[in-house]
Amino acid sequence: MAGNNPTPVEYIQHHLQNLTYGYHPENGWSIAHSAGEAQEMGFWAIHLDTMGWSLAMGALFIWLFRKVGKAATTGVPGKLQNAIEMVFEFIESTVRGAFKGKNPLIAPIALTLFVWIFLMNLLKLVPVDFAPALFARFGVEYMKLVPTTDPNATLGMALGVFCLIIYYSIKVKGLGGFAKELSLTPFNHWLLIPFNLVMELIGLLVKPLSLGLRLFGNMFAGEVIFILIALLPFWVSWTLNVPWAIFHILVITLQAFIFTVLTVVYLNAAHEHH
Amino acid sequence: MNINMTLIGQMIAFAIFVWFCTKYVWPPISNALHERQKKIADGLDAASRASRDLELAEQQASETLRESKEQAAEILEQAHKRSTQMIDEARDQARQEGERMIAQAKSEIDQEVNRAKEELRGQVSRLAIVGAERVLEASIDEKQHGKLVDQLAEEL
Repeated sequence: MAGNNPTPVEYIQHHLQNLTYGYHPENGWSIAHSAGEAQEMGFWAIHLDTMGWSLAMGALFIWLFRKVGKAATTGVPGKLQNAIEMVFEFIESTVRGAFKGKNPLIAPIALTLFVWIFLMNLLKLVPVDFAPALFARFGVEYMKLVPTTDPNATLGMALGVFCLIIYYSIKVKGLGGFAKELSLTPFNHWLLIPFNLVMELIGLLVKPLSLGLRLFGNMFAGEVIFILIALLPFWVSWTLNVPWAIFHILVITLQAFIFTVLTVVYLNAAHEHH
Repeated sequence: MNINMTLIGQMIAFAIFVWFCTKYVWPPISNALHERQKKIADGLDAASRASRDLELAEQQASETLRESKEQAAEILEQAHKRSTQMIDEARDQARQEGERMIAQAKSEIDQEVNRAKEELRGQVSRLAIVGAERVLEASIDEKQHGKLVDQLAEEL
């Protein structure tokens, strides 16, 4: 913790601060010891907690699904295999419903996004004080557990999706076709090309931005509420954080699903000719 | 909440996970699921085929049963017919045999009667001759009168 007896504002700021490693103008390559130092590091810094936890969750996803996939039998499935297959089939049917083209890569992308985001969101159900307190014992000052409450993580994934959108738009329609779609819709007249271009580019750019910010906004807001609840006296906080946590079981699944489905929908649009 | 390198890091992580998922996670699960789907479909198919076979076999069995029953009835009827025929034949034969035997006996009796008559006739003629001899005391030419007696005897 920041101090022995932090004020509520300090407490909240501390819990919302990522563990940042980067190049500080004065201290060189180091871990930031305050929000200010992290700010001064600018772009060339990395959030160790976000990266670490998101990689851990991704690895967990890969390990779990790989393990089940390797042991998958065509006979009667076990309980774990059944659960994994349920998720798998859920994603497969969702993709089949939303994606009309033929691209074997879309379903794995959707599966990765869904399970990965779900697992990252799931970390939110860990009590807010648990991770910071635990890591403080080992001298780590900051530990923001949930990667999806960091806009870097959500926007990073959204940018990845954006790259896929651009890639498939060009691959399917060709560079000319993509340019034509950007410049000649919605108004098919050469005089309106600039107008169309502005409209379409905004539409294109808003896709990843809304994708990333929606997930971030939901998760961040939920996290802030958890932290605020944690500020209450311990004998009353459970009356609020238990319902909120139960509600968030729904929210984290829903947000993971929304991110996945929107990605599939965007990629479907990228495959379609207008 | 600064935008920094984490953004790029997350993008790279995303790319790696997607690649890994596409290459090593998706195919085995997908294959297993599709194989199982196929297996279940095959199983259902086989089950329906088997039930159809069973129905067919039952039909065949009942048909065979019906046929054999018919055959048995036919055989029985034939045997019945044959037996009555045999009885009739035997009766006919027996009757014929009896008639034949009766005829034979009759003819034997006739023969016997004839022979006895013949014998009797001979004896009577001789007796008559002897009687006549006695009466006429050898005055009669045996030769001449023998003929007459024979005629007499034949008339008997």
